[in-house]
Amino acid sequence: MSNITNTKKQNKTSNRLKDKLSKYAILYIMLIPFLAYYILFVYKPMTGLAIAFQNYSPYLGIKGSPWVGLKHFKAFLTNPYFGRTLKNTVVLNLYQLLFAFPAPIIFALLINEVRQLKLKKTIQTLTYMPYFISTVVVAGIVINLLSPSHGVITMIVEKFTGERIYFLTQPKYFRTIFTTMTIWKNIGYNSVVYLAALASVDMQLYEAAVVDGANKFKQIWHITIPGIMPTIIIMLILKIGAILSSATDTILLLYQEATYEVADTIGTYVYRLGIEQHNYSFAAAVGLFNSIIALIMVWISNTISKKVTEVGLW
Amino acid sequence: MKATKGEKIFYIVNTLFLIFLTLLIIYPVVYVISASLSANDAVATGKVVLLPKKTTLTAYKYVFSDKGIWRAYGNSIYYTVVGTLVCILVTICGAYPLSKPDLPGKGIILKFVVFSMWFGAGMIPVYLNFVDLHLVGTRSAIIFGFAVDTFNFILLRNFFMSVPRSLEEAAVVDGANQFHILTKIYIPLSTSAIATVGLFYAVAKWNGYLWSMILLKKEHLLPLQVVIKDMILKLKLDGQQYKDVSASELPKETIIYSSIVVSALPMMLLYPFIQKYFVKGIMVGAVKG
Repeated sequence: MSNITNTKKQNKTSNRLKDKLSKYAILYIMLIPFLAYYILFVYKPMTGLAIAFQNYSPYLGIKGSPWVGLKHFKAFLTNPYFGRTLKNTVVLNLYQLLFAFPAPIIFALLINEVRQLKLKKTIQTLTYMPYFISTVVVAGIVINLLSPSHGVITMIVEKFTGERIYFLTQPKYFRTIFTTMTIWKNIGYNSVVYLAALASVDMQLYEAAVVDGANKFKQIWHITIPGIMPTIIIMLILKIGAILSSATDTILLLYQEATYEVADTIGTYVYRLGIEQHNYSFAAAVGLFNSIIALIMVWISNTISKKVTEVGLW
Repeated sequence: MKATKGEKIFYIVNTLFLIFLTLLIIYPVVYVISASLSANDAVATGKVVLLPKKTTLTAYKYVFSDKGIWRAYGNSIYYTVVGTLVCILVTICGAYPLSKPDLPGKGIILKFVVFSMWFGAGMIPVYLNFVDLHLVGTRSAIIFGFAVDTFNFILLRNFFMSVPRSLEEAAVVDGANQFHILTKIYIPLSTSAIATVGLFYAVAKWNGYLWSMILLKKEHLLPLQVVIKDMILKLKLDGQQYKDVSASELPKETIIYSSIVVSALPMMLLYPFIQKYFVKGIMVGAVKG
């Protein structure tokens, strides 16, 4: 009897080994297309960053193009576009941080206080809608609503001020337009995360607070907001880490030469230099400069957050 | 809990405010639809404010008689359907093996993948890479060049990791190999997660324009978003000499509005059904990402 179990066990272990091998073999084969994607389309381009240190010419290729060291970086740091694009990138993101970041939090807090479930659902469904509209269409709507010839917002403003303003050609309106548009597109969708966090706040805390005589606002201030703080902080780190990112695709649609002074960001500058003017090396250097600073920003914001709140991304 | 008088007032004010805000948020969409259904002169002179004026389908007739729009529509559907399928397949190919806690090399591969979320080569090297691979001006660039979104990969991997190991162990005893386990256990159990990831991809594919504009170059390959973008930007330029606009015969404004409606329509019809998957997706991402 014991003999039989022994051979069975042996069979089992040798089977297991075989299973393990064949199991890994299949898994590694599966990984091939996945890794091929990352190597071919994510990491291979990184070797192409070499052109930031060259005078790259498509005819000579990376191997044949002459090396110029940090020439393009120096050229960027000393050219007037450096200050302008860096400032615009940071300022647009600060606007986001100040207005677009808190908006969905406040929105979620307010929705959370709606008692009628059906109304709550309807409000949520309707406010998600802009998120599903493409950047092109959103920009198209903005351009049309603000159109000097027939834009409905232009008309309304004209009624009150007697002035017909072409908002998109005036630098002083660009940041407001861009920020409002971002809030409009994302407020409903971005509130989802906070609503989920709100739903997980312990109800007993509220009951206890009521017993202690805390009113609605005290409850929100002392229970609700601390309850969703970790979520807010994670979102904030992500946002601060992304302070050098440009919504290039959006800005490209909205800006024009008249508004470059406030709308031209590092991202749009790289696009014009590289894709439109084929000034590849210089554009790659500007892009690389941006990526490195951005990486440092993410790292710093994560480190500070970990120290202060013990919440971090990694 | 009995609401005090102050609380009651708060609820009413809050609800009214939210209703107002919601109406404000959907107003631009309502306006665009109304404008697309109105006569051009009504739109051009600013008479349309909320509801259509002099209702007509003229603009839609122009849009639908435009062969370019139909072709672009077909292209968009192609990139969305084929692209999403490729994305899902390749993402599963990564998420499934890397969800196994005992896979040798898993840690390094994960670091390799996640690093790409924090540092990328940037637009120009990525573009030149497509040139180098002879993919500029091909559909493959759009289909394969953006096959994995790292966030979606993490989402799906998290979901696969939450499938109970006991199910797999039982199947292994019955002699199932990993491929069977994936197709017979993991995929059926993860349909909602795969649907979520698939929808993230699909919405991004349908709505994206920047890389299609940069890479496709040939007119017959362009998706709807790029075509609409060209129309809109033309209007933006025209607007600078807006006094001449009314001189043209074409119902220019309403054509743009109806093109906008036509291009956004699929998402508008689908999103009430798919939003719950999105909500689920962000939760999984928020909890574990």
